[in-house]
Amino acid sequence: MDLLEFAKGPALQVAAYILVAGSIWRIVGILLLKEKPDYSEPRQSGGLLAALKVIYTRSFTASPFKAATMYPKMLAYVMHLGLFAVVLLFVPHIMFFEGFLGFEWPGLPNSVIFFLGVAAVVAGIALLVRRLTNPVLRLISNFDDYFSWFATLFPLVTGLLIPVRIGFHYETLLAIHILSVALLMIWLPFGKLGHTFLVFITRGTTGMVFERRGAKT
Amino acid sequence: MTTVDGRHEIDREAERLAYKPPEIRHDKQGDMPDEERINQAMHHFVKNFNTQTASYLDGCLHCGMCADACHFHVRTDDPRYTPIWKIELFKRTYKRQVGPFAFFYRLFGLKRHVTIKDLEEWQHLLYDSCTVCGRCSLVCPMGIDIAGLVSMARHGMFKAGLIPHELHEVAKTSAETGSPLGISPDKFEERVEWMADEHDVEIPMDVEKADVLAVMSSIEINKYPQSIAATAKILNASGETWTFRKDGFEATNFGMLSGNPDWQKAASMQLINAAIKIGAKTLVLPECGHAYMALRWMGANMYGKPLPFKVMHISEYMADALNTGKIKVKKLNKSVTYHDPCQVSRRGGATQAARDVIKHLGVDFREMEYGGDYNWCCGGGGGVVTIKRADPLRHRVFKLKMDQVEKTEADEVLSSCANCRQSFDDSQAHFNWDYTMGSLMETVAENLEERTS
Repeated sequence: MDLLEFAKGPALQVAAYILVAGSIWRIVGILLLKEKPDYSEPRQSGGLLAALKVIYTRSFTASPFKAATMYPKMLAYVMHLGLFAVVLLFVPHIMFFEGFLGFEWPGLPNSVIFFLGVAAVVAGIALLVRRLTNPVLRLISNFDDYFSWFATLFPLVTGLLIPVRIGFHYETLLAIHILSVALLMIWLPFGKLGHTFLVFITRGTTGMVFERRGAKT
Repeated sequence: MTTVDGRHEIDREAERLAYKPPEIRHDKQGDMPDEERINQAMHHFVKNFNTQTASYLDGCLHCGMCADACHFHVRTDDPRYTPIWKIELFKRTYKRQVGPFAFFYRLFGLKRHVTIKDLEEWQHLLYDSCTVCGRCSLVCPMGIDIAGLVSMARHGMFKAGLIPHELHEVAKTSAETGSPLGISPDKFEERVEWMADEHDVEIPMDVEKADVLAVMSSIEINKYPQSIAATAKILNASGETWTFRKDGFEATNFGMLSGNPDWQKAASMQLINAAIKIGAKTLVLPECGHAYMALRWMGANMYGKPLPFKVMHISEYMADALNTGKIKVKKLNKSVTYHDPCQVSRRGGATQAARDVIKHLGVDFREMEYGGDYNWCCGGGGGVVTIKRADPLRHRVFKLKMDQVEKTEADEVLSSCANCRQSFDDSQAHFNWDYTMGSLMETVAENLEERTS
């Protein structure tokens, strides 16, 4: 078995198991903790709609905070949207997903994907520079922040290098890319990248608690 | 050649040349050994970990944006005042002891155990430099309610005997006497009689059956006793059967502020029992922010089931009485701005009530820039105004409030919280500031129109 076969086969498979099992473990570990009922008389209805409302609204910044958070927020948007596009709208990725999902969807032209991928990498680097230089971020950052950054940027960079080749064989570069994706999948459930799924729980919880009070969300 | 004492840094932000104060006091209550303090803190941190807190503590991205929403950080640029950093020990304990991957954290020593030195340091962060105003909770992209976590982290600090002496003292007095300032039922009655006399208003006391139970905060009873008369005038004018009770008059809840759920429950139950005893349909809370949080949103949970009466802040009661025509007020010819008490507006959801009242007063209302739910806190909430050693920091933070008020160029600033009022008065004296905070309730009481029917 060569490196590419290993990457496409056992590596990706094991990574997928860990991604699913780790995520379920983390979500269940949180949901299984006790929760006290709230007996206070609600001002207005809360529930699932309130959760959905805040899951949506918190994607945007409230105007009093816009000036102060504009720079990191813009970078974060570029990085997230770039990642979404690269992962889900790059034609070879769609073909890969079709392999086990059985259906496909339209993708974006390669040049657009390449541009978005580069933008995401640049934004990621700018965010790292900010983390290393801003006094608040320096204080609150730990291993998870830096390793999660690496685990996210590594597959992006290896993917972008495939068409460039830089002296390696296509197969070798593809194998490294797939292995870097496997690393991302393995790490995702454990550290801060878990916000991929936790964001729905945290925002949703706040929506349910504060909307029933009629308080600001 | 002289040598400069380098132990204390020069504070270049201060208005006059000054050295930064020496290292902050670390107060300790009781005489338990340090090991026991750590165990107590851990145990009572862990008691607060439920699905809600767990998702919050697991969800932080370390983006640091909460620092931009916190008045303590904005005014000092001290990274330790980043809201999420204030609950770092609470977060660390969660990850080590309870989180889904706690086993790995402990096995590989990924999160170190909390030490007594950590806890001492965090006393300043959890008490002196957080008013639980919840502004940070609104900026968090993950929607984490950081202020709520600070309140819970205080539970562990209290049980470990690691809270500021002043706050402990008032909380203890409150638990022992029923009032943080030691106001006995007889003293309350005395004050009520004095105010009835002074303001020529009828004030019912200890009525056996009444639709409304009114309660006061000790700051009002002690420092702003005219509030008692104002409450009476408004309730009389609205034609309610109402009463004060000597067995349930104190609305402040220092059990909640200091972090002792037992004392918090005892204080809430005192009011709940009094209201049930007289068959009250409504309990009207005074101009006090945290009293609203304690009874309106946490009272039923202390009681263990829904409350058999409605809980209203006085601003909500006034808005309702004005909107339904139960009371009427004269129009005032002046411009007014309004300071929102965080626990009533941002965190309590009653933001509109005060604005309804102000509309009836017919004034030229000037909303502060980012007023209402995004208002800057007075700096004295969450028990901070009680802590003497926090005064310099609190005054520094108050500058934001001063700017916000001054920009409106209003004739007068009103609010509906005696704790904010105390904080405003103190800072006003400190800065020789032109604005004196007025009470929304007293303004209404002074301008009530005589009932014609």
